[in-house]
Amino acid sequence: MANQVILESANVGHGTIDHHGHDGHDHHEQHFISKYIFSQDHKIIAKQFLITGIIWAIIGALFSVFFRLQLGFPDHTFPIMETFLGDWAKGGKLSPEFYYALVTMHGTILIFFVLTAGLTGTFANFLIPLQLGARDMASPFMNMLSYWFFFLASIIMFSSLFIQTGPASGGWTAYPPLSAIREASLGSGLGMDLWLIAMALFVVSSLLGGLNYISTILNMRTKGMSMTRMPLTIWALFFTAVIGVLSFPVLLSGFVLLIFDRNFGTSFYLSEIFIGGKALPHIGGSAILYQHLFWFLGHPEVYIIMLPGMGIASEMLSNHSRKPIFGYTAMIISLIGITFLSFLVWAHHMFVTGMSPFLGSIFVLMTLLIAVPSSVKTFNWLTTIWRGNLRFTVPMVFALGFVSMFISGGLTGIFLGNSALDIHLHDTYFVIAHFHMVMGVSSFLGMFAGIYHWFPKMFGRFMNNTLGYIHFFLTFVGAYVIFWPMHYEGIAGMPRRYYDYSAWESFKQFDGLNAFISIAVIVVFFAQLLFVFNFFISIFRGRKVNELNPWGSTTLEWTTPIVPGHGNWEGEIPEVHRWPYDYKDDGNGKDFIPQTVPARPGEEVH
Amino acid sequence: MSGFLTITLIALVFIIIYQIAKASEYAAILRGKEKVERQTNRTIAWLMVAVFVFGVWGIWECHEYMMPKMLPVSASDHGVKYDDMLKVTLILTGIVFFITQTLLFWFTFRYQASEKRTSYYFPHNNKLELLWTTVPAITMAVLVAIGLRAWSSMTAPAPENSQVVEIVGKQFNWIIRYPGKDKVLGKRDFRNINDANNVLGLDWNDKANHDDIIAENGEMHLIVNKPVKLIIGSRDVIHDVGLAHFRMKMDAVPGIVTTMWFTPTITTAEMKKITGNPNFVYEISCDQMCGKGHYSMRGTVIVETEIQHKAWLMMQKSYYASMNAPVDAATQGTDTTSKATTSKAITMN
Repeated sequence: MANQVILESANVGHGTIDHHGHDGHDHHEQHFISKYIFSQDHKIIAKQFLITGIIWAIIGALFSVFFRLQLGFPDHTFPIMETFLGDWAKGGKLSPEFYYALVTMHGTILIFFVLTAGLTGTFANFLIPLQLGARDMASPFMNMLSYWFFFLASIIMFSSLFIQTGPASGGWTAYPPLSAIREASLGSGLGMDLWLIAMALFVVSSLLGGLNYISTILNMRTKGMSMTRMPLTIWALFFTAVIGVLSFPVLLSGFVLLIFDRNFGTSFYLSEIFIGGKALPHIGGSAILYQHLFWFLGHPEVYIIMLPGMGIASEMLSNHSRKPIFGYTAMIISLIGITFLSFLVWAHHMFVTGMSPFLGSIFVLMTLLIAVPSSVKTFNWLTTIWRGNLRFTVPMVFALGFVSMFISGGLTGIFLGNSALDIHLHDTYFVIAHFHMVMGVSSFLGMFAGIYHWFPKMFGRFMNNTLGYIHFFLTFVGAYVIFWPMHYEGIAGMPRRYYDYSAWESFKQFDGLNAFISIAVIVVFFAQLLFVFNFFISIFRGRKVNELNPWGSTTLEWTTPIVPGHGNWEGEIPEVHRWPYDYKDDGNGKDFIPQTVPARPGEEVH
Repeated sequence: MSGFLTITLIALVFIIIYQIAKASEYAAILRGKEKVERQTNRTIAWLMVAVFVFGVWGIWECHEYMMPKMLPVSASDHGVKYDDMLKVTLILTGIVFFITQTLLFWFTFRYQASEKRTSYYFPHNNKLELLWTTVPAITMAVLVAIGLRAWSSMTAPAPENSQVVEIVGKQFNWIIRYPGKDKVLGKRDFRNINDANNVLGLDWNDKANHDDIIAENGEMHLIVNKPVKLIIGSRDVIHDVGLAHFRMKMDAVPGIVTTMWFTPTITTAEMKKITGNPNFVYEISCDQMCGKGHYSMRGTVIVETEIQHKAWLMMQKSYYASMNAPVDAATQGTDTTSKATTSKAITMN
């Protein structure tokens, strides 16, 4: 492995000389493809993941705007929807089939393609080598494959939006028999096949990525970078990868069985079904088996989405408060606790499937136990900013927003994890409010914090601050406005995934509220477009970075040149002498000591 | 065309906003970076305070607006326990919510950057960390204890004297079956299902089926203050029997029989008075996505007194009678099982 890195760095040196030497046309073109498209440079791959993720996020968010229009204004027509969706919204009114397709794709896209691939793919690739002092990933080639498998999965998932029977429409969880039987729903035809193929490729991509992240973190830390000197971002990304590697294969096995049931006449999930006017031959399968396999990934997936945000928030709060993170070791232990427990709580999604009540009790206990490490993290973040010197940069306000949103969303988890309460709240708007706040919005806030913070390192320019603040306040306030009232709707029993509530005596009184929420969704959607606009225009027009370490950060990525080339450091890789949170007087008027500074005589280093 | 215009308009607005934002960036450089940064910091600190105040006001307004629209008092004894438990959990989490959010926004404002102060180097403190490991752990233990007590009473076996009703989901409505006079639900097999004359696939060889009553309109009649045990099934995909007013819910899974029991305590007529809504009706919602008609999969529950229930029952024909002997059934009561119709049923099978 070490050899490979040396070879890699030698190549890099050669490459740059080459570039400056000749500028032949042929040479240049080939250079572009290997540099920006089939690149093995972890920084380029990170940007590829990020930009693909942004495109997916726009699509996923747009879908939510469409179905919110239906929910908020069931009696109106919106010609603009016909422009976008064609026959699926004839006369500007969404059809129920496509409403469910939109809901399904919104979930699939945002959970997997944006908050798993887009988030981890970006920051694990970008930060792991840079913050550990490595020239690249353990296997740059595997890393490249990871992106291209993701790209292939994206293409297939995207193409499923355009087929005649529409994309998968059985919910992002794709529970059989609905997802297994073609007669059950339009979207269970070709759309579901494409969904399964795309997801299988997606799993391959995350496994390739995850194995790479783990081996890089374990093997390629620079001299002096012991595990306990790693920034919390790396710790978080490490456990994210561990969770992914251990749980994604189980999901894949669940999908393989589903593919068999759909296409080869097996009965893993199917039993005693009468549909489309005839009794199917399947007997003896269990639809609940799929749910176990699915949620064995599905729940850890929540932490795959959460942990990178937690890591980034820890880093931001410490850096922009000019104060060490409080309880570094406790933070790591709580990450370990969350990782371990995340594998033992999956069946809390299944309290109402008729599972054994005793088994249910065990899952209640485990689920509420996970609140302990989560609250340790929350209180540690609060103590981190206590008596700090807070600079409200854009990444900092996003990190503060993250903490607020994580508290709000986390507390409602205590309701849902308790089976006796879940039995009423299950599959209502309470659940929607809970998971959107705790893993949707908070991880987005964490992700935005990371993007605003490391954008200067990625592109050598800053994003525009004013737009950043507008983006933050609209998103943060907007998210509360959208999701807070949904808790009430859920306690009132309003079921999720309904196309229209007007026929229901018990739920139709929320029509005004639904319209209000939909308007907030549109405002927040445009705030996100503002971010996208800021992102792309700042790549070319943003204020240039003219100092190596603009945030006054201790970590290694800021010791590289302003725009690092392939190989990251010119000359030797840095050596580490201290932990990453030495935000204290360095004796020369600065309030931080980078990790590369050797201990002063008599100084106690962490 | 209008779509194109809208997009151009949006792009234009974005460019204008960006230009203004960009101009402020240049102005910052002209006026001195540090001074502007200090000002921005102060502005954002105040904005965060504003967000907090606005948030507290918003929570209050939202609460005022929502409370009249919430569910009426629970119509089952399980539900009463549920409501109590919800209240305890709400109060506990509410306290934590307000303390932590207040601290977050207070620290944000209080410790905004200042040249007069340096940050306090405070990397860890075992006592504090122990405090916020144990306190949440104890709180959780309390909540688990309350929760599991309620859970075990909900999932305990149904009382002996329970009324038994079967509810079966299909795309996209509910079918209700009552056991009839013999109080036994007969055997059924999905291979016998026929939408014309045997919607649940009853096995006519099983005599217990002959007096079973089936309601295809999804209307479930229950007796007030008498426990009811629901036998839940599905014909095609997974559905879920959601009874919001009784605070109960259970999946209907093809190939698996699930059950749930509760005691309705308020009749539909009483509930109409309580809510002041003459159209009030207990509704059965499907709470597990089951296809394009999921949102329209509606059933109803009529809770009535024992006398009313008996009267209603008297009017019902057994499914067997109404499907197999329309002539007989017109003149006879619920439990007519003439020999002629039995032989007919056998040939049908």
